[in-house]
Amino acid sequence: MLKPGEFYQRNRERHPPALTRDYKTSVSRSPQYSLISLQNSVSETTGPVFGHNDIDPMDRDLIYNYAQSGESAIGERIILHGRILDENARPIPNTLVEIWQANAGGRYRHKKDTYLAPIDPNFGGCGRTLTDENGYYYFRTVKPGAYPWRNWVNNWRPAHVHMSIFGTAFCQRLITQCYFEGDPLIPECPIVKTIPDPEAIEQLIAKLDMNATIPLDTIAYKFDVVLRGRRSTLFENRLEGN
Amino acid sequence: MPQKLHYLAETPSQTAGPYVHIGLAPGAAGFDIYRQELGWDIAGPDAKGERIRVEGIVMDGTGSPVKDVMLEVWQANADGFYAHPEGGGDVEDGFSGWGRVITDFETGEWGFDTVKPGPTTGRDSTRQAPHLNFWIVARGINIGLNTRLYFEDEPEANAKDPVLNLIEWERRRATLLAKKSERDGKTVYRFDIKLQGEDETVFFDV
Ligand SMILES: [Fe+3]
Repeated sequence: MLKPGEFYQRNRERHPPALTRDYKTSVSRSPQYSLISLQNSVSETTGPVFGHNDIDPMDRDLIYNYAQSGESAIGERIILHGRILDENARPIPNTLVEIWQANAGGRYRHKKDTYLAPIDPNFGGCGRTLTDENGYYYFRTVKPGAYPWRNWVNNWRPAHVHMSIFGTAFCQRLITQCYFEGDPLIPECPIVKTIPDPEAIEQLIAKLDMNATIPLDTIAYKFDVVLRGRRSTLFENRLEGN
Repeated sequence: MPQKLHYLAETPSQTAGPYVHIGLAPGAAGFDIYRQELGWDIAGPDAKGERIRVEGIVMDGTGSPVKDVMLEVWQANADGFYAHPEGGGDVEDGFSGWGRVITDFETGEWGFDTVKPGPTTGRDSTRQAPHLNFWIVARGINIGLNTRLYFEDEPEANAKDPVLNLIEWERRRATLLAKKSERDGKTVYRFDIKLQGEDETVFFDV
């Protein structure tokens, strides 16, 4: 009898290290000491469970979820869709996916964003959904604009959507960013370049997906996310005490 | 050539950035969009156990408060069970054990109300002292930081805790102990987190 066991150790070489000098804010916000490595306990193999009562179907539609009635957000209409999988390529059903992004002009609806691009009165900039039984999710939104940020004097973020994913265990918790195929700003960005492995960077670039477009209406990008996988253990190396 | 192993690789992390509130706590970003925001009520009205408040500040390496940080908490109920199919047992209706906490943008102070968790079962049938699990993200943090809050008034349980005992440097264990006080008849635990510098908080690779 196979039982769910421990999660695969996180491969820290695919993730950005804490200290990345060219992304300046990391310098004073990165721990200097090594992380203490823990084997899983119930505190790490469990995590919050969300249900359809927690959110509304409309929450996944950023073109309309903040718009006045009869109006819609300005910008290139896109479907952003994909699957949430684990490292065993198994879909993760019913997991919460949350996104946030700038509007088509590159401006966030946030007290602290003072970029001169205008606020779109019909665009909030956030959405959330649960994956279905196949681990599939989709959002409808507008393609975000690039925006400048203070790091070096002339840094621009490539168009990106921030994404937060839960999985089934607190040790799978992940926040990342989704970029768009063909954006020339991607290789210029100090935040992208916090990731040392070029192959890992490619994993953050959504691909144009013509098959998922709605003709004459909305273009589509596909973005799959992989969370940590889990051992199916034989009894001799099971997670004791759970 | 040996056979290939067909595993996928975990998607790399990226910083939550300065505008994490838009996505995860839009009310704090200054607008109202969802019917309800998630993570504001950790214990619910029916939870057993002692009602407590937990407060603190996250400090950077210069000793300045990090004002744009977001913390998530994951905890067991008073019986030591997590609200999860593998959580060890049943929890009260309305107990989620999960919270999302953001700071005051002016001061960097954060706080939340919950119940004190019970001890949980650890590996190899050990007992873990009561603790709260934290996950911390912000601009400048490239991958979320995991840490644990333990309670200073649980010295016996803490002394036997398998995770605290993994920390080779005994003086660093103190960075995980929340300080107890009382305010208006309610127990308050203070937990300041130092990302860097003197008395840097212990962070875990979980
Ligand atoms: Fe951004």
